[in-house]
Amino acid sequence: MDFANFLIQLLNSLQYGLLLFMLAAGLTLIFGIMGVVNLAHGSFYMLGAYMAWSFAGTFGSLFVAILVGTALSIALGLALEWSLFRHFYKRDHLDQVLLTFGLIYIFEEVRSLLWGDDVHAVQMPEILNWSIPLTDNLSYPAYRLFMSGLCILLALGLYLLISRTRLGMKIRAGAFNRDMTEALGVNIRLIYAVVFALGVGLAAVAGMIAAPISSVYPGMGGSVLIMCFVVVVIGGIGSVRGALIAALLVGLVDTFGKVLVPQVAGMLVYMLMAAVLLYKPEGLFKQ
Amino acid sequence: MTSRRVVLTRTAAVIGAASTGLLLPEIVRAQSNRVRVGFMLPYTGTFAQLGVAIENGFRMALDEQGGKLGGRDIEFFKVDDESNPAKGVENAQRLVQRDRVDVLVGTVHSGVQMGIHRVARESGVLNLIPNAGVHAATRGLCAPNVFRTSFSNSQPTLALGKAMVDRGHKRAVWITWSYAAGDEAFEGFEQSYTAAGGTIIKKLGLPFPNVEFQALLTEIASLRPDAVACFFAGGGAAKFLRDYAAAGLNRSIQLYGSGFLTEGVLEAAGDSAKGVLTTMHYSDSLDTPRNKKFRLEYAKAFKMQPDVYAVQGYDTGLLLVQGANAVRGDFSNKAGLQGAMRGATIDSPRGKWTMSKSHNPIQDMYLREVVGRENKVIGIAQKAVEDPGTGCRMA
Repeated sequence: MDFANFLIQLLNSLQYGLLLFMLAAGLTLIFGIMGVVNLAHGSFYMLGAYMAWSFAGTFGSLFVAILVGTALSIALGLALEWSLFRHFYKRDHLDQVLLTFGLIYIFEEVRSLLWGDDVHAVQMPEILNWSIPLTDNLSYPAYRLFMSGLCILLALGLYLLISRTRLGMKIRAGAFNRDMTEALGVNIRLIYAVVFALGVGLAAVAGMIAAPISSVYPGMGGSVLIMCFVVVVIGGIGSVRGALIAALLVGLVDTFGKVLVPQVAGMLVYMLMAAVLLYKPEGLFKQ
Repeated sequence: MTSRRVVLTRTAAVIGAASTGLLLPEIVRAQSNRVRVGFMLPYTGTFAQLGVAIENGFRMALDEQGGKLGGRDIEFFKVDDESNPAKGVENAQRLVQRDRVDVLVGTVHSGVQMGIHRVARESGVLNLIPNAGVHAATRGLCAPNVFRTSFSNSQPTLALGKAMVDRGHKRAVWITWSYAAGDEAFEGFEQSYTAAGGTIIKKLGLPFPNVEFQALLTEIASLRPDAVACFFAGGGAAKFLRDYAAAGLNRSIQLYGSGFLTEGVLEAAGDSAKGVLTTMHYSDSLDTPRNKKFRLEYAKAFKMQPDVYAVQGYDTGLLLVQGANAVRGDFSNKAGLQGAMRGATIDSPRGKWTMSKSHNPIQDMYLREVVGRENKVIGIAQKAVEDPGTGCRMA
């Protein structure tokens, strides 16, 4: 591998890692703050992708579709929190797993009823539909750069929200000790609802911005869910900073593993997880 | 007061009544003169449309016979296999034991197929495979009562190698998902490509169903091969085609593939699939009177366009019709039935094909180019391609 190639692969791994972070951030937030294991997280990614496809067709613009889709998915998150998840905060993890596993099936069926079982493509927005030539025979799609940029912005926003705002302070307090926070007069139910909706929104947005490069197909949520859990476990459950570092690490290992040791590429990410757990049983950044 | 004898007789009576009650349905079943046909296909999940297309095609072939098999009426049974290998044996047993089907038609997913295969070998029920290309079913584990009407996983790629070398593409990179179907497709490619004088400079793979291709595409660019050959299907295929084009590789390195790469995904792949060359046993655009007639009638009957899976279902029906007619609907004459199907020639929309000794089609493979939103047939890549049937004792 020459140096130019190495740099390109580094870019690839950074971009993959950032997308993984977008996905895992919501999952780790919901688990870390409310203690809910949400297996349906991948379904929100899938719903986001299908909404991008469907609304881009209706409105003729991906950007409008993303705005409408984000609003809808946040509304969906609030509705789910109010109707279902609220009743599961204090219950056993097994109950939560059963609930969210059931939701996966329901969302798949809803997807099938609403949009069918076809594979769809989402048109790339015209202004981003070009590539940057890197070498004589390889180009880098501008859209991927846009995606990475958006992910970095969202990561930054999330960091500021949690560590620099009053709402973020309450969220952290709620995660630390729910009862005490409530006793101090904070409306913890509202905080939880907001965090849950934020998590759903993040997953859906990841699905929407990934749609143009990944195409849209049934079961697409399942494949990303496992990788999300790997990232969350490596990063330390509940830690957003941990999720970012872990996502970038997974991106690196996955990208270079595929190229350098293709025979074991499928296992490498899990070996990384095992190694991390061996030295830090609670992940890199335990809250 | 009830004496012991009375209790005994009553018990006996109850048992007797119960057992006749249990036996009764069987007597009725035995007397019914209908052929019992069981579909074990995916009706939900990712492959749901494939299941429907196969059943439609199959029914169409039977309807052409007035809805009869060898002169007998037909009763249908259906089980949704959900493409779930864990339930493969159980679902197949439901059809064989509970519904006592004479023939089991299924399925799409190769993992589920292995479950059906076990039941078919143990019970001896006639099994017709309308899609699943897993090698074992017609190789090491082939059976006299199991017939495939679709393809084996390595059949399309067995026709690919020569077509590539003929176009001057002598150094190729192979890429696929690292799983059974991908490995079996590679086997066909490796054999045909090296035999034609080509060199495989690298074999790339990623775990199924991972679709993060970017790292591998970068690797392909740095290897600078004449061509890339691949096996992908469904949503992953659409993404691969788009990523390949977005990386600019489609301008300098010709992409080839097993035909499934461009089946059902051309709408989703858009312009990025333009010019991709694939080999397969069928194309929607096949310009023969037989295919046109089939497509017209299918569209009329089911209000939708047929695809390769509908053709495979249709051929499964045609094969069963030939067998049933040869024994005049007597499905208990297994030797006669299997013998007739073994030597069968099927006049399929894909072109005439014959059943090999290991019970897999010997068929022409077409070379197809993506033009607009269809797979345009540009010729026959290889005539009468036969799966080697390695390890099959019947071959």
